[in-house]
Amino acid sequence: MSEERKVVIELDQVKRYFQVGSETVKALRGVSFKIYEGEFVTIQGTSGSGKSTLLNQLGCLDTPTSGEYYLDGISVRKMSKNQRAHLRNKKIGFVFQNYNLLPNTTALENVELPLMYNTKFNARRRREAAREALEAVGLGDRINHKSNQMSGGQMQRVAIARALVNNPAVLLADEATGNLDTRTSFEMLVLFQELYQKGHTIIFVTHNPEIAEYASRNIMLRDGKIREDTQNTNIKSAAEALAALPKPQDD
Amino acid sequence: MNILNLFKVSLRAISSNKMRSFLSMLGIIIGVAAVIIMMAIGQGSKESIRKELSTMGTNLLTIRPGADMRGGVRQDPSAMQTLKPTDYETILAEKKYITKVSPEVNSAGQVIYGNNNTTTTAYGEAPDYIDIRQWEIEDGECFSEEDVKKAAKVCVIGKTVVTELFGEGADPVGKTIRFKSIPLRVIGVLKSKGYNSWGMDQDNLIIVPYTCVMKRIAAQTWFSSIICSAITEELSDQAIEEITEILRRTHKIKEGAVDDFTIRSQAEMMETMSTTMDTVTLILVVAAAFSLLVAGIGIMNIMLVSVTERTKEIGLRMAVGATGMVISLQFLIESVLISLTGGLLGILLGCCVSEFLVPAMGMPSSVPAWSIFVSFGVCVVIGVLFGYIPARKAANMDPIDAIRHE
Repeated sequence: MSEERKVVIELDQVKRYFQVGSETVKALRGVSFKIYEGEFVTIQGTSGSGKSTLLNQLGCLDTPTSGEYYLDGISVRKMSKNQRAHLRNKKIGFVFQNYNLLPNTTALENVELPLMYNTKFNARRRREAAREALEAVGLGDRINHKSNQMSGGQMQRVAIARALVNNPAVLLADEATGNLDTRTSFEMLVLFQELYQKGHTIIFVTHNPEIAEYASRNIMLRDGKIREDTQNTNIKSAAEALAALPKPQDD
Repeated sequence: MNILNLFKVSLRAISSNKMRSFLSMLGIIIGVAAVIIMMAIGQGSKESIRKELSTMGTNLLTIRPGADMRGGVRQDPSAMQTLKPTDYETILAEKKYITKVSPEVNSAGQVIYGNNNTTTTAYGEAPDYIDIRQWEIEDGECFSEEDVKKAAKVCVIGKTVVTELFGEGADPVGKTIRFKSIPLRVIGVLKSKGYNSWGMDQDNLIIVPYTCVMKRIAAQTWFSSIICSAITEELSDQAIEEITEILRRTHKIKEGAVDDFTIRSQAEMMETMSTTMDTVTLILVVAAAFSLLVAGIGIMNIMLVSVTERTKEIGLRMAVGATGMVISLQFLIESVLISLTGGLLGILLGCCVSEFLVPAMGMPSSVPAWSIFVSFGVCVVIGVLFGYIPARKAANMDPIDAIRHE
């Protein structure tokens, strides 16, 4: 991997301890890695490996007990709650396992949400950006559908569009296919691969080892430490895998 | 997020839970309506009493004998015999700030005409009395100074007496009635004034020259009171000083000793009445205001439920960049909107009830304009005050926990 590429995420000996009663739980015991622009990284690990804690760190929802975290060159460790909120608003796009769309709200309004908290966007620019993001995830014809009128796959597409709308430095997906059936999961992977091709930096946190085969790099966590960090030279095509799936049976 | 968008978000939250929002509004609606109705009744009563008192003449002064101590026992003022004809004559002779004076001697008793009778009060007065009270004679005329001098057996009678003795609409002028067996010729009929706000029939009376009452009916040499009118309401104080000076002299009261009479002005009466009404209104309004407090707590309760219910939404908003401040503002606006909408509906309800229903029930009412503004302001304060705790709860949520909340 050439060193001239831009570093989007840099973790330097990040530790995160929690005090539970009289015991100290060491969720992250010194994690260091760099993620470059345009990478598609999966972070894997069993439950209790520190996966979620790491995700919270990467998403600027939490700060390290010690160590440094630079997001797009900005040190996060000493940031206040409000500063991190603004940072998240500009640099991070979240995709959650259960979509987290606002109920009774159209796709367009859901996608507009992050821009609502950015004073630089007026109503018209917000609308345009949201429309573009929805077109990018293939929902250009469903912008006015309400969240409860959509399928799981469609809702997740809206969530991805919402994550993309602020043109973030990194797209953070937390078990983004966890609630979807196999077919729809592959459809999502196709979408993520498309975004990867377009140059988006993607971090996909999952416990499903299969997904690693479709990403460019795989980080394996165990007991709060990195056990493996491997480049994937043989990226599988999600589109092919989708085509190879048995056709859904007609009722 | 700008304020307009926050309003939109709050409006959507309220309208997606219409029933719940309406029920928490209901408390405010009832509270505000109650406050407005109470204020309207208070204000209305005050105005009607004021109007009534001012028709009696705002420049009216009443002199009554003061209560005296006899052997350590405080005497009933009405039993005092200290107001004498000389007092009246001196005031009449020396008056500067006073236009008209009339002594007053009352006697209650039965009045008879033919085979009809009724109970009434005979007021012994000077001819100026009618002018002082700003009454009008509808039919016939008032007795003259000449009649007073002769202690003439004539009278002016009220409408109730006419109806009781002669029947509705009859013309009693020239007829002779008997009051406590004294025959009195009716020379005039007073215009009807109806009941006053204390429920007293103001038409059940006969007015007789005071000399006639003193000599022929009650056989007394003193007055129960002297009433007079100051030149204007503003000159009442000077008039009171003037009378005080005259009466202290005629009563030979030593320097430093207490007056043996009291002078009350109509303005003072009005003041007293106003103060009393204000107190009553205040008590009513405070009682109504408590319902607003309860309504505020209701809103707080609903907002707390709403915040808990929307934990996930709050988590999401925080994850995509909402600061605690913006989140708290969102919920604060929501609670203010609920209480303000409730307030507006309450004002509407309160005004309708005070304008149409209360008068229909025969009570005076007048909505003071400021009560509307105050209610409006109070609603905003309630919204902020009781929305604060739920809003802070939302703002202090940890996005990590909130977003994974089930």
